[in-house]
Amino acid sequence: MRHVHDRGGWPDVGAVNPTEHNYTVWEKRIHALMRVLTRHHLFRVDEMRRTIESMTLHDYETLSYYERWITAIEHLMIEKGVLTCKEIEERIAQVETLQR
Amino acid sequence: MEPKFKPGDVVRIREDYPARHFRTPGYVQGKTGTIAAVHNAFRNPESLAYGGDGLPRQYLYLVYLTQTHLWEHYTAAQDKLYIDIYEHWLERA
Repeated sequence: MRHVHDRGGWPDVGAVNPTEHNYTVWEKRIHALMRVLTRHHLFRVDEMRRTIESMTLHDYETLSYYERWITAIEHLMIEKGVLTCKEIEERIAQVETLQR
Repeated sequence: MEPKFKPGDVVRIREDYPARHFRTPGYVQGKTGTIAAVHNAFRNPESLAYGGDGLPRQYLYLVYLTQTHLWEHYTAAQDKLYIDIYEHWLERA
């Protein structure tokens, strides 16, 4: 079976939108985070690519480019035992409290 | 280790959908092309994708295929697609 990213010749998906946009701060931070984590050999870009390609069709279609990146980074950090789901959830809750 | 193919060789791209990471898109699988260039031997991304060492290195080739061979309703006979394909995905045609 073809994976979600293997798009060449898929019928009815329409033209690729080539429009660029100015990157937001969170997009830049995700890019920087990936560079730091790979520089410290926590994972390789090939692993990130494999993780993105393993997404469900729904996730792949609905997440934006950098949302796919951060989803993959989170997945890899858990896969490699660097972080746990619980630690990530606790930190998100903490940040949400700070923002209120 | 020497490359198995040289520029000008006619090759068939293998048809395979393993349940793991690979770099050969579906629309070129089973198609026939010609070697345009031998890039070099690189660590195998099919191993790197799972944290492996990627060894032994695999030769990566630039392969060209005619667009009319790839797409049923394509009419410009001179148009070609150039694509990078690893050696273990190629067989002599």
